[in-house]
Order: sequence, then structure tokens, then C-alpha cells
Amino acid sequence: MNFLNKIGVIPNETEGSLSHESKETSVIKNISRRGFIKGAGLAGSGLLIGIQVSCTNNPVENSDEFSPDVFISMDKEGTVTIISHRSEMGQGIRSSLPLLVADEMECDWDRVVVKQALGDAKYGSQNTDGSRSVRRFYYRLKQAGATARTMLQTAAAQVWTVKPEQVTIYNHQAKLAGSSQTLDFSKLVEIAAKLPVPDKGSLKLKTEAEHRYVGKDNIKIIDAKEIVTGKATYGYDVELEGMKYSVIARPPVLFGKVKSYDASETLKVPGVIKVVEMPPLSAPAVFNMLGGIAVIADNTWAAIQGREKLVIDWEHGKNSSYNTRDYENNFIKALENPPHTVRNRGDWDKARQAADQVISHDYHVAGLAHATMEPPAATAIVTNDGVDVWTCTQTPQSAQQNAMSVMDIPKRKASSVRINVTLLGGAFGRKSKPDYVSEAVYLANETKLPVKVLWTREDEIQHGYYHSPSYQKLSASFDKNGKPTGWYHGMVNHPIAATFNPDAKQAGSANLGQVDMPYDLANIKVTNGESDTFMRIGWIRSVTNINNAFAACSFADEMAVHSGVDSKDYLLSLIGKDQHIDLSKDKCKYSNYDESLDDFPIDTARLKNVINVVAKNAGWGNKLAKGHGVGIAVHRSFCSYVATVVEVSMNNNKVQIEKVYYAVDAGKVINPDRVRSQMEGAAIFSTSIAYYGEITADKGIVEQSNFHDYQLAKIGQVPEVNVDIISSEHPPAGVGEPGVPPFAPALCNAIYNASGKRYRRLPLKQFGIV
Amino acid sequence: MIELTINNKKHQLDVSPEMPLLWALRDIIKLTGSKYGCGIGLCGACTVHIDGEATRSCVFPVSAAVGKKITTIEGLSNNADHPLQQAWMNLNVPQCGYCQSGQIMSAASLLDKKPQPSDEDIDQAMAGNLCRCGTYPRIRSAIHQAAKLAREVK
Repeated sequence: MNFLNKIGVIPNETEGSLSHESKETSVIKNISRRGFIKGAGLAGSGLLIGIQVSCTNNPVENSDEFSPDVFISMDKEGTVTIISHRSEMGQGIRSSLPLLVADEMECDWDRVVVKQALGDAKYGSQNTDGSRSVRRFYYRLKQAGATARTMLQTAAAQVWTVKPEQVTIYNHQAKLAGSSQTLDFSKLVEIAAKLPVPDKGSLKLKTEAEHRYVGKDNIKIIDAKEIVTGKATYGYDVELEGMKYSVIARPPVLFGKVKSYDASETLKVPGVIKVVEMPPLSAPAVFNMLGGIAVIADNTWAAIQGREKLVIDWEHGKNSSYNTRDYENNFIKALENPPHTVRNRGDWDKARQAADQVISHDYHVAGLAHATMEPPAATAIVTNDGVDVWTCTQTPQSAQQNAMSVMDIPKRKASSVRINVTLLGGAFGRKSKPDYVSEAVYLANETKLPVKVLWTREDEIQHGYYHSPSYQKLSASFDKNGKPTGWYHGMVNHPIAATFNPDAKQAGSANLGQVDMPYDLANIKVTNGESDTFMRIGWIRSVTNINNAFAACSFADEMAVHSGVDSKDYLLSLIGKDQHIDLSKDKCKYSNYDESLDDFPIDTARLKNVINVVAKNAGWGNKLAKGHGVGIAVHRSFCSYVATVVEVSMNNNKVQIEKVYYAVDAGKVINPDRVRSQMEGAAIFSTSIAYYGEITADKGIVEQSNFHDYQLAKIGQVPEVNVDIISSEHPPAGVGEPGVPPFAPALCNAIYNASGKRYRRLPLKQFGIV
Repeated sequence: MIELTINNKKHQLDVSPEMPLLWALRDIIKLTGSKYGCGIGLCGACTVHIDGEATRSCVFPVSAAVGKKITTIEGLSNNADHPLQQAWMNLNVPQCGYCQSGQIMSAASLLDKKPQPSDEDIDQAMAGNLCRCGTYPRIRSAIHQAAKLAREVK
């Protein structure tokens, strides 16, 4: 989000903050014998292709410096190593991006090794959030693969003394036309390594039809065997020689401080070695560590036991005035006359006054925690050679900056801080905030020992970067023929911006599902209220799309019901004609996930298409079993179009999800299986939000602590998820997040359809129906 | 000293008897396949077999494991060749993968008792294993497939 850039913090927001990224140019060079190869961890001779990424204000052509964001290398045996510079958190990126390279290069996938990159600015952005890895790297990686393939083709042509056109490259081999002669890649490595890199313009990229892996099903997850045998290494699993284990008692209230403490009982616990007071935190929170008292021990259990025996007198500070339930009144007041109009078309106020009928409803979504199955964890060691960190992070470069800041290491010595990225046991945005890395580095430095900081579940639930609770007011006006004439959507929450700037008050982010509402109405007004903030607020999978889409897609259904029209037909008519929506005409500055509207327009034809496809697959309009109901919702986010149909049954006032259908238009797709799995996961993630998700605070202290009071959906609660991926020639868009927003409104629309009861507050557990 | 038999190997541990087995496995014996998720037996990420029974190792003291046969994910098979592991890979079940050791260990215990479980059997046996990524539909399919694979082997 751009405000983060403006206020000078690490640009790092799921909406797509890295505005420079879209202007990046790439240059591919043969870097086989360049000095930094060692630094990239690719030893030995062989062919190395680097994609150089730089900003347009620093043209590569004029620079000797080379900052590759991804590498292909091949050793003498022909094993191709592809570096994954993005973090794997379950979305499948370690399989999908390398697959794209391998396909373009005509590798045998079984002879490809994927190696995780260290955190380093030379790769360009490694910030793995905002559903943008494929979106941002699709063409660059195709070019890298094509470059390698072309060089291998030229190398084979030299061996056979023929023209390159007579050589075909296929499945790790060169084949000579009109003969049965072949050469394995391994026989071509040394020759190819000496060749100049072909001009980018001369590259012939494979067509969709020529792809052997991309777009195909049954691509195996690269880490599957390690995962199912328990050998995969997550942040929690890192073990170093002589390493100590630490848990931290953090201030229960944000910006609270330790007044005094007594650790005498703690130090009596067998295995406890030391207690360290951490420096207190003051606003803004950013990604800094929270403070408190750390217990360091020979094992995690001793550290946990030791922490329980700490006696700490806290100075809670002014955030202890906060009570989530009481604060609802402030939210409601903030929506009476919100000061920020973020989209304005026609004249909503006039339309409302002239209307024959107006309907208005308020919606509320509670605060949420990430609840990654693996809580945050980081291991650090400080030596004369610098700092080494092993951690589950979505953003290794922010982790590196955090470590540098703790150790007071200047930017020019960034390479002395090495961030090793493990697998991430779930992330959902939590692991792009590396506060836990600062903690590990601080303690490693204090103790001069390798230290692993482990967050317990209680720590994760009580010291998160929460999705803010939100209030929303929606209204629609209708003329005397019942035709809708206007739309109003007011929203207030604790803004994410407050985590970076304590003075930030305006609700955020309207760009995520509020201003980009696609209905073709003459009068539209979208507003944001203001609020103070008392906790760390952050982004969670799909961010404010969660609440914006819940309100907008529920309300569209309410309009359909009000009008007595089928919900699906009504949605299609609300969206209206085929067009690319131009929000600039509505006095709206729309960030479009930091993508250009030329490449990624708001295309109503694609939106309507996913509605029609999902409706067809779900048998929309068919007679339902008694007690069953169906609901539909459609939402564009992260430049993808997703429609969802949910069928529920109601028995004894309890809801059961019976069927779930998704239609997804995410543009070109590399790995359909991982798109499908993301939609399956989104349905279940959203079920947790809709059924149970609620973080509350009293006196500034979070009231939930573990899975008994912050529940997650279980296996019996979501049936099979039917996913239809639209075949598309559009540029690849986001996949990790867009499945989330339409699910909860489709579910609540289905519950209404089944029961006649409209639920406008999440979670549903408060109504006793789950 | 506490003696534990883990994956058919004896280990001597100098730890307090009330230490949960999970931390002994992970921090002392360095078998990190069993995961921490909640510490109070609510999520199943730490599931191991004790005398064949799926057990939450995060709330099971090492003293209670003495003299029993402990199997962790690392000891489930020699080379990922347990039918569940095969089915898991066939169907691309994992997303982030963190909870999957516990899922597989719970499923293995289920298949031992019910070689051909129904959906309801699976939902019941696996209800204590949380997955935040949402792999549940594939877990169910994979358990059915593993049941079939196991029958074919026999």
C-alpha cells in the first residue's frame, strides 16, 4: 500500500506496495563466471543464467552491478538448479515458478532441483504476499528459461556444425533434424556456458500449446516427500549445535512496559539458563519486537516452565483503555458522517432523497488472528562473521533489515546478515512481519549463543497483527419501478496504517473491495470513517476484501431479495454491460493491486462469466432438498475474478455446508492443481472466519488464547470443493487470496435462502447456528 | 535417566519426568517431524503412536511413555512407502505441510482399526487434527485411496 512508502517504512503490504516493481525491467546475462555465484550458493562450473532486475531510474545498461532475482544453473551432470526467491507457505510457489522455468527451458522436471534463496536485495522484491509471485514473474521467468534453451540449442548446433534451426530442444536433450542423433544437456553445459546471451528480442517463447508442464494437472509438489516423512524443515524445526531455546513474556497490552520483575523462581527451573529483559517498544509498532522478559533454556519445555514462574509487574499504558465491545459505539458513530469520500459518482444524496424506496443495513466482521499452524519462530547466531538467521518468513529482506537494525549494522554491510528461509508452516500475512526475527537476533547477541525464539500458540493469538474488526453501512435506492438507482457503502475499522503511523485514522483499505464495487449504477458513494487504534493491525489473507466483500456481496443479495429477483440474475443485471470500469471518472484513485489497468482492467465480462460458469456447475435454479438453501457471491480481487456458490442445509437451527463451487478466472495458470488447492483452502479458511473468527480485547488485553476459544473449521465441516478454472489468455493474476472474499457472503446468502434469516454479523457462532 | 523406545530404537534421556513427549522428541532426540501447534492437545500436529494408539505428544509426559513403543512420522515407514504417504503424494494433499505429520499419524491409527473407513469414520477420527490451509477434502480422499492401496498390497 502506498502509504507505507510515504511514511518511510518498509514497503510491504499485501495490496502490492512495491510500486517500483511494476516499472522493473529485466536483462538476462550469462553469468557463469561471475564472482557472486559463490554468494548465491551455486558452486562449481556450469551454465548460469541470471535475470537482472533493476528499476527504470537505474538502467541496467549503464550499470556494472548485477542484481539477479533468480538463477538457473546446470552442473556437468545436467542437473538443473532453479533458485526459488519467493517463500513457500503452502501456495506451491516452490513448485510453480521453477516449473515455468523448467518447461520453457525444456528440462526434464525430474532433473530439476529447487534451491531456496537467501534474503538479498539483489533478487528484487522477495516479499511473498499480495498474491503476486506469478503475476510479477511469469514473463521474466519464461524469458530466463527460453534464454537457457536457446543457448543449449546453439551449443548443440556448434557440436554438430549445423544451423541452430536444425536443432530441437526437448526434455533435457538436443535432437538433430533428419537424424536420430541426440545430445543430453549434460554434454552441452560447458559449451553453452561460453556463449553470449541471445538478445531478448530474438527469444522464441513457447506457446501455451507447446507447454509440457505449465497448465497441466498432476504436477507433484516439490517438497511432498519431505513433508509426508516429517523431514521438511520449518522455522520451528531449525536446530544448531549448542543452540538454546527461548520463549518470551511479552507485554499483555501493546506498548506496555516492564515496571519490575522477579525471576528467582524461574531460574530454579532445571534447564533454565538465563533471563533477559528485552527493550520496550514505543509507537509506531512497525515490525519491531514487543519487549518483555525472555527466558532462555536448554529446551523449549524448560523455557515455558520458566516463563510461567516469572513475576512481572507491568505498566500497561494507555492502550489498556480499549475494550472491543465498548468500542463498537465509536465505530457506529464514525459512520454517521464519515469524513472521507473515496468514490463518488453522480449524486448519491440526491438519489436517496428522490428514491421511491431505500434499503439500508449494517454489517460487522470481527477482528481476526492468523492462527498459522506453525507459530512464528526464528533462530539466530551472532559471530565475528555477522549474523545468521533461519526463519519462516514471507519477506526475508525485511527480516534482514530488522536484524541490521537490532545490531546497528549499516546498509553497506547488509551481506553480513544472512537470512535463510525455511518452509513456512502457514503464513497468511503474519510472517511478513518479522518482529520475531528481531527477538532472536537480540537474544543471540545478548547471550552470544545460538538462540531459537519460539512463539507458543498463546503468544501467536495474543500478540498478533490482527485483521481489524469493522463496521459497514450499506444503502441502496430504488425508483418507483423498483430499479436500483444508487449505492452507498461506508466502512470504518482500525487502519493497518496505524501500525506504521500512530496518527493514521482513516479506515483502510477501501481499495480492497470497497471502491472497486462493480455494479453499474448511476449514483455511487463510498466513504471511510476514522478511528483510533489500540492493537497492532495487519493484513490477513485477502485483507479488507474480507469485510468489504462480506458487506457488499451480502447486500447485493438483499437487493435481489428486496426486488423479488433470482440472486444470480440480479447480480448479472447489477453488473450490467460488458465494460472496463474506469474508477477515475468517479473521483477515485484506485490502486488496482499496483498493476496497470491496461494489463489488468476491471473487466465486467470476466466477472459475469465466472458467475455463469459457477451457476451452471452448481446447477443453480435446480430444485433443492428440503431445508437446503443456496447462495452466490462474486468478487474481483488481486486482479482475479472469483464466483462462489455455497449450498447449505439447516437442521435444528444448525447450519451444515453441503456443497461448494468455485469458478476462477486468474488469467493464465501455471499449475492448475495449486490453483484448485488454494480455492479449497480458501473455502475452509473462510469457514473459520464466518463460523468462529473473533478476537476481542478487554483493558487492551486479547481475551482469546488458543484453539478452544479461537476455533478453526474441522474436517467434517466443509465437503468437497468443486473448482472450475477458466481457461484464459489474460495475464496471470493472483490466486492465494482471491478465493477468500466471496465465500462468507455466499454462505450467509445460502443460510438466508434456507432459513429466511439474514446474518449481518460475523462470526456466526454468536447466533448459536454453528 | 528415562529410557524411551522410539521408532524401534532405545534412547536414554536426562529430562524431568513431566516433560511432554513432544519436547523430548524435538529438542532432545532431534526428531522434529512431530510438530507443536497448541501445547494443549487441541490441534493434533504433535500426534505420534504409543503402542499403536494415536496420541497427542504435547500433553503426554515422558514418564508415561516408558516401556512403550513410540512411533513418530519418521518411523512410520522406511522410504515414504506407507500407503498413506503414497496416497498423500499421489493426491498432492499438503499445502504448507506443517500439520501433515500429525494428520498422517492419526490416519494411520484409523486405518489400523478400520481398514475401510467411511467418510463419517474419517471425519470422526480426524476431527482433532486441525489444518489451517484447508487440506481436509484431500485428506479424506487420500485416506480412502490409502485404504485401497493397502488392500491391493495384501
